[in-house]
Amino acid sequence: MRLSPLWQRRFAIFRAHRRGWVSLILFAVIFVVSMGANFIANDKPFLMEYRGHLYLPAIQQISGQTFDPNFLPTEADYTNPQVKAAIRAHGWMLWPPIPFSYDTIVWNARLAPAPPSAEHPLGTDEVSRDVLARVIYGLRLSILFGFGLTIVASIIGIVAGAVQGFYGGTTDLFFQRFIEIWSGMPQLFLLIILSSIIAPSFWILLLFLLLFSWMTLTGVVRAEFLRARNLDYVRAARALGVPDWRIMLRHMLPNAMIATLTFLPFILSDSVTLLASLDFLGFGMPPGAPSLGELVSEAKDNLQAPWLGFTAFITLGGILIILIFIGEAVRDSFDPRKS
Amino acid sequence: MTLLSVQNLSLSAAHKTLVDNISFHVEPGETLAIVGESGSGKTLSALTVLDLLPPGVTRGGGHILLDGCDITAATPAQKQKLRGGVAGMIFQEPMSSLNPLQRVGKQIAEAMLLHGKFSKNTLRSRVLDLLREVGLSDAEHRMDDYPHLLSGGQRQRVMIAIALANNPKLLIADEPTTALDVTLEKQILDLIAREQKDRGLGVLLITHDLGLVRRYADRVLVMDQGKAIEDNSAEELFDHPQHPQTQRLLAARNFAPPPPLPNAPVLLEASNLSVKFPILRGALRRKVGEIAAVDDISFNLRAGETLGLVGESGSGKSTIGLLLLRLIRFEGTVLFDGHDLCRLSKTALNVLRADLQIVFQDPYGSLAPRLTVADIISEGLTLHEKHLTRAARAARVAAALTEVGLPSDAAQRYPHEFSGGQRQRIAIARALILQPKILILDEPTSALDVTVQAEILELLRSLQIRHGIAYLFISHDLAVIRALAHRIIVLKNGKIVEMGLADTVFAAPHAAYTKTLLAASGLNLHSSHATSRL
Repeated sequence: MRLSPLWQRRFAIFRAHRRGWVSLILFAVIFVVSMGANFIANDKPFLMEYRGHLYLPAIQQISGQTFDPNFLPTEADYTNPQVKAAIRAHGWMLWPPIPFSYDTIVWNARLAPAPPSAEHPLGTDEVSRDVLARVIYGLRLSILFGFGLTIVASIIGIVAGAVQGFYGGTTDLFFQRFIEIWSGMPQLFLLIILSSIIAPSFWILLLFLLLFSWMTLTGVVRAEFLRARNLDYVRAARALGVPDWRIMLRHMLPNAMIATLTFLPFILSDSVTLLASLDFLGFGMPPGAPSLGELVSEAKDNLQAPWLGFTAFITLGGILIILIFIGEAVRDSFDPRKS
Repeated sequence: MTLLSVQNLSLSAAHKTLVDNISFHVEPGETLAIVGESGSGKTLSALTVLDLLPPGVTRGGGHILLDGCDITAATPAQKQKLRGGVAGMIFQEPMSSLNPLQRVGKQIAEAMLLHGKFSKNTLRSRVLDLLREVGLSDAEHRMDDYPHLLSGGQRQRVMIAIALANNPKLLIADEPTTALDVTLEKQILDLIAREQKDRGLGVLLITHDLGLVRRYADRVLVMDQGKAIEDNSAEELFDHPQHPQTQRLLAARNFAPPPPLPNAPVLLEASNLSVKFPILRGALRRKVGEIAAVDDISFNLRAGETLGLVGESGSGKSTIGLLLLRLIRFEGTVLFDGHDLCRLSKTALNVLRADLQIVFQDPYGSLAPRLTVADIISEGLTLHEKHLTRAARAARVAAALTEVGLPSDAAQRYPHEFSGGQRQRIAIARALILQPKILILDEPTSALDVTVQAEILELLRSLQIRHGIAYLFISHDLAVIRALAHRIIVLKNGKIVEMGLADTVFAAPHAAYTKTLLAASGLNLHSSHATSRL
């Protein structure tokens, strides 16, 4: 596929923005590692051979009775020395570099929370789970949640802002009043009430936060459209008979995109922060879920174990800074006046 | 003693020479005009006098002596004294040069206080005297107004009052009338000329308009691309221009009228057009009256002819252009091609839009900044000629670009890569690609340099002859109207003041207002045939 000259230029500007480029590479690494969390940090071998058959336990469910009729018919516990021995007798196992999942409780570690050691590079938390494994899974959750919330909220926000700015008048008036009332809703109270009725899952939490976070972009896009609607090029498009939606999409939206892109990294990092803070307060993901917020909360409860605090701070701060650096570079590369 | 002497001045930014070794001087009581097109370095040369260069521009060399003080060696404190104290400055845009949040009287008083020449308790009466001197009517009340309550001409008078507040010896006027109507332009320049006489000021007048210079300058320095190409007394320069660029600048404002048009069928008939805006008052925004931007106007337009709409800002001329395209609400009937544009449904109107196109004034605002030139020009085709293949569309775009005199590789570039004149060509190509029958030209040349203006007018004229398009040409500038219009309508406050054949109106105007406009425009109607380029 050949890129158009425009995209080549944008890409070249992005590459020239060193900080953004390095951040993108870092983010790509973090993204790939965290998306492949199952194969990097798991308490199951990701590949094994048993009696001439190849298995992928990381994504396959294999009953314990496959290896020994005396074992339970539930999924095999590969950390159990007896299971290990039974498999090793007739085959081999390939373990991921971190042989713990986010919910694996390490029984043979020192008193939890244990300080960093060769086996646990970031130590263990208060329930004796490997911190590094939890960070990797936690990043995956945060990134997916952040992206999901940002993308859907931005689309809704841009459409709402565009309609308000383009039509103006009464449409704008009513929409603005609605937004004022809606943004006055006590989000946190509603969330506490919600979490007392149902246990919030990933999707419920996403949907709920979406109800309130789409308004960030509306104001910016609305202002941009209000400004542009009386410019001559929009008038010229009207004089050509261009339909409204096409004027909005082709003529006005590209101008609002810079303002939008400037906001995107902040919305993304806001979403990550929001999830982390809800988890910290205990209204977020169900207990036990690998979340960065819970790590912060554990760090607060265990000040004698500074590795928890440092890990939480560096992970959360690092991911937010990286996202903002990337956003800056994207914004510059979309600026047509930059060469 | 020479008031201002600039010798061998060179300015550069990022290794590009902006001003190349120019010298000029101003004596007390004399007006020196620096004339040039945009980018010729005339404004920068004036800004150096007070060391007000924008960041990034550096002075390569040269000596500047202002009232005996070497500004290149002056300390910041000395410079502060010179600015406003010895030399006052008037800028182009009176709206943005006044602080919108302070009363105008206070802004003048501040200028006086800064130099400490006057005691505080006499300030108010001094400000009042000054405002009366610059001819601001009702000065006692006006001095307590905010700038947005004043008209453009009044604001420029206030700017002049600020510049004169400390009795300077030199007045630097940087395009003081570019943002104003022709009749106001004359008033403001007359005011500057009167002040110069009364106070014995030296005046440095920066302008792109050679026509102004003839009436107001003693000596003229013509600049082109950073170089001084001609320096002479005004009379000598106008009678015997030496440099070809000067000759071009002089010729660019003198257009021959278009060839007469044989009887052509009427294409568009507008009758009893009115556009009214409600006046809303009070907390409940009740309607207390109406302002008519366009008041009961009727005219017709024949195929292949140019109808000129002349008037000052606020006369409703642009509103008529928008109205014909039904971009604003109006009353009246517009018959075009057997249809009443006012009553057509939106879809039916969209079909007709291909025949009625518009070119706007501001070449920077009229092109979508994030679309390529090809996208901009071909938009009409994608809507009105949907059957075209991609290749056919590209061919039509290339043909349209050639027709308006742009290279075909322009298609893949963005509007901001083009100059003002080229952008206006793109806007014309966008309108032309649909082969319209009527083209509304809303001040298409007002934002352009004079020589570029002449090129665009030439292009428009040849397009009209080739395709037989009817133009509705809207302008405040009688010189460009002269170049294209077969018939003329003079508008004032939304009403028709005079209507007739162009030759008749220019030769023997009836209405007093038309006479004022003609006088203010400084058009030399008799010599225009001899020096014409078109």
